[in-house]
Amino acid sequence: MLKYDIVVVGGGPAGLAAAIEAKKNGVDNILVIERDRELGGILQQCIHNGFGLHVFKEELTGPEYAEKFIVELKEMGIEYKLDTMVLEIGEERVISAINTEDGFMSIKAGAIILSMGCRERTRGAISIPGYRPAGVFTAGTAQRFVNMEGYMVGKKVVILGSGDIGLIMARRMTLEGAQVLAVAELMPFSGGLTRNIVQCLEDYDIPLYLSHTLMEIKGKDRVEGVVIAEVDKNRKPIKGTEKYYDCDTLLLSVGLIPENEISKNAGIKLDPITSGPIVNESMETSIEGVFACGNVVHVHDLVDFVTAESKRAGKNAARYIKKEIKCEGKIAKTEPGDGIRYIVPHMVRPENVDGTLDLSMRVDNVYKDMNMIVKLNGKEIKRMKKKHLAPGEMESVKIKKEDLVFKEDTVITVHLEKEEA
Amino acid sequence: MYDVVVIGAGIIGTFITRELSKFDLKTIIIDKENDIANGTTKANSAIVHAGYDAKVGTLKGKLNAKGNAMYAHVCEELDVHFKKIGSFVIATNEEEMDSIKDLYERGCKNNIPDMKILSQEEVREMEPNLSEEIIGALYAPTAGIVSPWELSVALAENAADNGAEIKLETEVLGIEKNEKGYVIHTNNGDIKTKYIFNCAGVYTQEINEMVAPRSFTIHPRRGQYNVLDKGTGSIVNHVIFQAPTKFGKGTLVTPTVHGNLLIGPDAEDLEDKENTSTTSDRIAFIQEKSRKTTTKVPFNKTITSFAGLRAVSNLGDFIIEESKEAKGFINVAGIESPGLSAAPAIAEYAINILEGIIGELNKRKEFNPRRKPVIRFMELTDEEKAEVIKKDPRYGRIICRCENITEGEIVDAIHRNAGGRTVDGIKRRSRPGMGRCQGGFCGPRVMEILARELKMDIKDIVKDNKEAYILTEETKQNKPEEVTA
Repeated sequence: MLKYDIVVVGGGPAGLAAAIEAKKNGVDNILVIERDRELGGILQQCIHNGFGLHVFKEELTGPEYAEKFIVELKEMGIEYKLDTMVLEIGEERVISAINTEDGFMSIKAGAIILSMGCRERTRGAISIPGYRPAGVFTAGTAQRFVNMEGYMVGKKVVILGSGDIGLIMARRMTLEGAQVLAVAELMPFSGGLTRNIVQCLEDYDIPLYLSHTLMEIKGKDRVEGVVIAEVDKNRKPIKGTEKYYDCDTLLLSVGLIPENEISKNAGIKLDPITSGPIVNESMETSIEGVFACGNVVHVHDLVDFVTAESKRAGKNAARYIKKEIKCEGKIAKTEPGDGIRYIVPHMVRPENVDGTLDLSMRVDNVYKDMNMIVKLNGKEIKRMKKKHLAPGEMESVKIKKEDLVFKEDTVITVHLEKEEA
Repeated sequence: MYDVVVIGAGIIGTFITRELSKFDLKTIIIDKENDIANGTTKANSAIVHAGYDAKVGTLKGKLNAKGNAMYAHVCEELDVHFKKIGSFVIATNEEEMDSIKDLYERGCKNNIPDMKILSQEEVREMEPNLSEEIIGALYAPTAGIVSPWELSVALAENAADNGAEIKLETEVLGIEKNEKGYVIHTNNGDIKTKYIFNCAGVYTQEINEMVAPRSFTIHPRRGQYNVLDKGTGSIVNHVIFQAPTKFGKGTLVTPTVHGNLLIGPDAEDLEDKENTSTTSDRIAFIQEKSRKTTTKVPFNKTITSFAGLRAVSNLGDFIIEESKEAKGFINVAGIESPGLSAAPAIAEYAINILEGIIGELNKRKEFNPRRKPVIRFMELTDEEKAEVIKKDPRYGRIICRCENITEGEIVDAIHRNAGGRTVDGIKRRSRPGMGRCQGGFCGPRVMEILARELKMDIKDIVKDNKEAYILTEETKQNKPEEVTA
């Protein structure tokens, strides 16, 4: 059986950052397992720029951003296996994995870092009626075809959902000579970043229809058209508002779901809201010594945030190996209050907080001029003014360690309050 | 000159062809589609019914029970998933209890073994997730679940292994009768034959009328379904039907052989024999109806919806007979439910008709009932996995992340007799793309493998039917540089 101090499952931005940080914190024996043919994960297909503004203070493309970490990983001599799939995480942190060279492997890990990323919601998940023709792609699959394989997936395109990959693909398809007829979004607000709405739709005169849904796909073999209609407040289609679009392609950008099949089978507890593992301040899951970071925990909108979170997981996995993490002591729970959908981490052991406690969260609607208030057992410990809040933009709050004074059964809440005029 | 042409490569056509391959006959099976099982066989409930439902004395009644009893053996021979999990017909009131008792009595007359009427307590004990409203159920332990297209492909493959020919993308345009037999005109040339089995599903009427005046009509009845993610299949342990009422047959909730949950179908009579589209109102309808069986179906785990067509005849029973006007032309028509369940028995019955026409058939000595076993990587033990990869490293590369399907399995599915040539054809054979990401990750890789193995341009790889193209052209950067004069 192979033995490593830390095994990182997934060599995308999260796994790379976690592995590098673990090594910097004094653990040498690390293995990164990547199922694809190269390191870097989905970043490799994101050839647009805008990555790294926070981490590197410059605008990089996805592959450039990934490359910085890949180079660093290699320079540090961290081991990795490509084209290798983890099948299972069993008892005592024994991983079974396969590839074509080593065959079937059992790997004993001192600590595991899960960084498998996320996958896209599909047509089936949102039950779009009609035939099941070719020409319906998730935006990410189309992105892989166009940017990595070198093939176009269609000529006249309608996009359902306004997630970031959908918006970016609207621009990419346009640049490749396709006609993007419309982007339809079910919610009254976009799920993507504002900058993507501007740079990918408005700059190319691609209309965005908010509060609209897809009624039907026409075409039996290949998409021949789609019907889109406006929805009311209850998200039910309004009769008479149907519009037909003559197109050969439908791209779906209707949300991402953390990919946690391995975690689930290993018995790790998941949060039904994020679909990712329940984690504590150290990014440790419900199974001791198993950490998680990046989109496998909750879907981030910027890779820079993934990097920050993953460094935390890597550092803490190293601390765990060095037995520097205290497992006993008081535990606080975090709870989303008014206007907040979820908070990561879910649990906090104040002894293990390193400098500041970083809470990441998403709001449940578009808000203007709000106060974001953090309370510890009902007592306000922090308040921030927010001019604009949207579900597509992750919020984070830093709390100083010295503010985390609490007894048993402590709850940390975050909620939104209208700012008094 | 062929001895026999089988028209239609669905479950009935492939079963008959495999049966024919046991004898010294020159046989060919043809289909207008580009794959086996691309019509009714690919979209149905995948249930092997016990056989209590069919009316006593009908062909349906006779052949269902008989076919059910043959299933375990044929699926074992062909290495196809089949599970005898038993079925419930649930009742929520006294009127429905009465109809369950009727079914029980009908089942006795159809010689269905080991049926039992269960009390409310017994139902709860065997199926804890069912609705509290249920007061009893008819239990038939012989009912099972199968993978219909897997079986159909396996039958075609085994028939081909034993000498039968397969010709796809071959649409029958007309049939001419002469002294020696028939000439079938197709888009793919003429085929001469002595005998014909008409197994064309919803199109059996049209095929029949190429050689004889109208003796039956077939109309399509559409049924819509929801499939839920793997793991959800454990909500129920048996196939759960609802008791028939004056409002119809209700909807079923069942695990599939691969651990998914399937709910549906509804029933809607249509004109269009190609209309397999789903509609929101009908999907909402089956979802609502399923709540009578159980409220525990997690619809947010739906991975896909689909619709299938049953070939319903005006005569109310299977039509399996030689045409009165066309000697040597045997109709196997109106094979709606329980057609899948009865299929092995239908094939035997149909061969008997052929023997009635031409006399006793000579058995082929070299007939091999088994096909090369399929390696299903994830069903192996760790030691077996290690061994398989050692022999062929392609089993060490996972292509489909949801179902953990290896490259070795995909390559095998391409190169078998009756192998897959399309993305959906591979999906039906070895399941990449069947999972929750529905091919989002593995689709491009499967296309790449298909193109490589079949030596085709990747742009010519289609999703399912031959017009279902996926890629349109190279991107600007990938385009070969244009030669300028």
